[in-house]
Amino acid sequence: MAREVGAVLTIANLVPDLLGTYGDGGNALVLAQRARARGEEALLVAMAINDPLPDASIYLLGGGEDGPQRLARDVLARGSLAGRVRDGATVVAVCAGLQILGTTFSVEGDDQYAGLGLCDVTTKRGSTRSVGELRVRVGEHLLVGFENHGGRTTLGEGVAPLGRVEHGRGNDGVYDGFRTGNLWATYAHGPVLAQNPWFADAILSSVLGYELEPLDSVADLLYEERSRTIRS
Amino acid sequence: MSKGPSPRDRLAIAALRGLNRVSRASGRGAGTVIGGRAGLALSPNLLASLARDRTTILVSGTNGKTTTTALVAAGWGGDVVTNDTGSNMPAGHVAALASSRSPRAALEVDEAWLGAVLAQARPRVVVLLNLSRDQLDRASEVRQMAERWRSVLAGGDEHVVVANANDPLVVYAASDAKNVRWCDVPTPWQADARSCPRCTLALEHGEGTWRCSCGFAKPTAITTFLDDGLVIAGARHEMKLVLPGAFNEANAAMAVTALVEVGVNAADALARIGEVEAVAGRFTLRRWNERTVRLLLAKNPAGFDALLSSVEPDNSDVWIAINARDADGHDPSWLYDVPFEKLRGHLVWCLGERRLDLATRLDYAGVEFRVVDDLNELPHEQRAVELIANYTAFSQWLARSVPC
Repeated sequence: MAREVGAVLTIANLVPDLLGTYGDGGNALVLAQRARARGEEALLVAMAINDPLPDASIYLLGGGEDGPQRLARDVLARGSLAGRVRDGATVVAVCAGLQILGTTFSVEGDDQYAGLGLCDVTTKRGSTRSVGELRVRVGEHLLVGFENHGGRTTLGEGVAPLGRVEHGRGNDGVYDGFRTGNLWATYAHGPVLAQNPWFADAILSSVLGYELEPLDSVADLLYEERSRTIRS
Repeated sequence: MSKGPSPRDRLAIAALRGLNRVSRASGRGAGTVIGGRAGLALSPNLLASLARDRTTILVSGTNGKTTTTALVAAGWGGDVVTNDTGSNMPAGHVAALASSRSPRAALEVDEAWLGAVLAQARPRVVVLLNLSRDQLDRASEVRQMAERWRSVLAGGDEHVVVANANDPLVVYAASDAKNVRWCDVPTPWQADARSCPRCTLALEHGEGTWRCSCGFAKPTAITTFLDDGLVIAGARHEMKLVLPGAFNEANAAMAVTALVEVGVNAADALARIGEVEAVAGRFTLRRWNERTVRLLLAKNPAGFDALLSSVEPDNSDVWIAINARDADGHDPSWLYDVPFEKLRGHLVWCLGERRLDLATRLDYAGVEFRVVDDLNELPHEQRAVELIANYTAFSQWLARSVPC
């Protein structure tokens, strides 16, 4: 649901028991802490496998192994995530979470599975697995992180990539992730928002509806160091 | 009667020993892997040949392998050959076995190599400690590992499997093995087994138990803890360890259970295990720059969680050193799976090549920190230091410090 001004900012980690292989829970923590540092009241919630979809302004989807990825899709398809997104909720998805948001995905073998269909994005199994540092040009910024996946993702008409790959594979070796409506997705798994404070603030700003004041922290030093280290 | 080694094996053993002598003499290494690789190149079945006339116990799992292998060796008593240099793949195994005629072998095995080593070494006992997320950029994912273990352990009736009943992934891995001794030992880390290893539905965790609606459930254990004592097959024993932490109680209980299977008296084994003070530098007190530093190794979230529960930040400084080299795994994302929130209210000194990743993690956890770019910035106080480091950072601190 779109958030009312002054309301508590609720951030929900979706099925972290299935999608949380790579420290992805860190992203929810980063959003909450950076919102609190700006005087917002933030609440972190987690949706377990048997829970109903919680009411939240931001939903996060992490990475996961093949079996749990399919189960996560089934669990989430039963809920009303699509409806919440139509009502204005934001989704931030990494890795397996990115694949689940689309219309179809293949994991082991070539069997195709239905995704949640929130956007026109399809993922096939690539010929190789991509494991390593990822560096993506997003406008004036860099997005730095680590990817570990075997997917090749194709974006449909009207779905804009998040950025252009400068090192690593991302979706297809050229582009990484996507940004469409309230959906943000990248193959940089784990605490990508911790390594890229500008990215966390861009998401928060879009949800809160105002420009955020800069927030000096050690995360800026980490971002500078990783941007220098991961060469294109 | 078994045959002696074949001419090819004798050549391989001679080459292995010669190379390892050169490697040690030149100071280039502990002298295990180079010779071991050469030996295996000359005779691919060398491990089988070297293990043939010995009673062997294998130890594998994500955390506690090195410690538990050392406890098995200590508890056995007498001359036991073991790969205590940390080389836990076949090159390290053959190098260790070629260096000793002891009829008893305790071998630590890398998780991914368990099938190959099992087939060649033909152990009497295989100890499966635990499985959790560890170096996901390098090893395969943890559920796949459990599946691989299950297929290599299925059926075999020449060995006994000593397995952790509180780790659903280990229980799954041993579920088709013929002879299993289940151990009900402390296993706080459950984050990798919230969904059923057999059917992926949610596991229900209760007080000391767990089960899935598909029928997969915690098995009945032969080894368990009762009022500070260890019960093995109905007999109660005192257990007192010098080594710290509940995780070492679990390691010791599984080591003793394995030793009982090869005919060792449990009370004797426990007495010997209780005296072990340090394993490969871990848990030892060292001196560095006029400070007393206790060196603690943690390589992954489960290991860190166990150590964070055992450090005493009220009485000591906490230093944490993180690297991300080959042996550590290149992706430090796992820092966000470590419950650093436990250190709130205390100051943590951030060391190692990925100290900024650590500091950022601590910042978001609400833990006060200092980033140490130069070791001279570390304080000169008299308090003891608890230094938790991951693999290569631990090695650096072991080399940098001296024994107390």
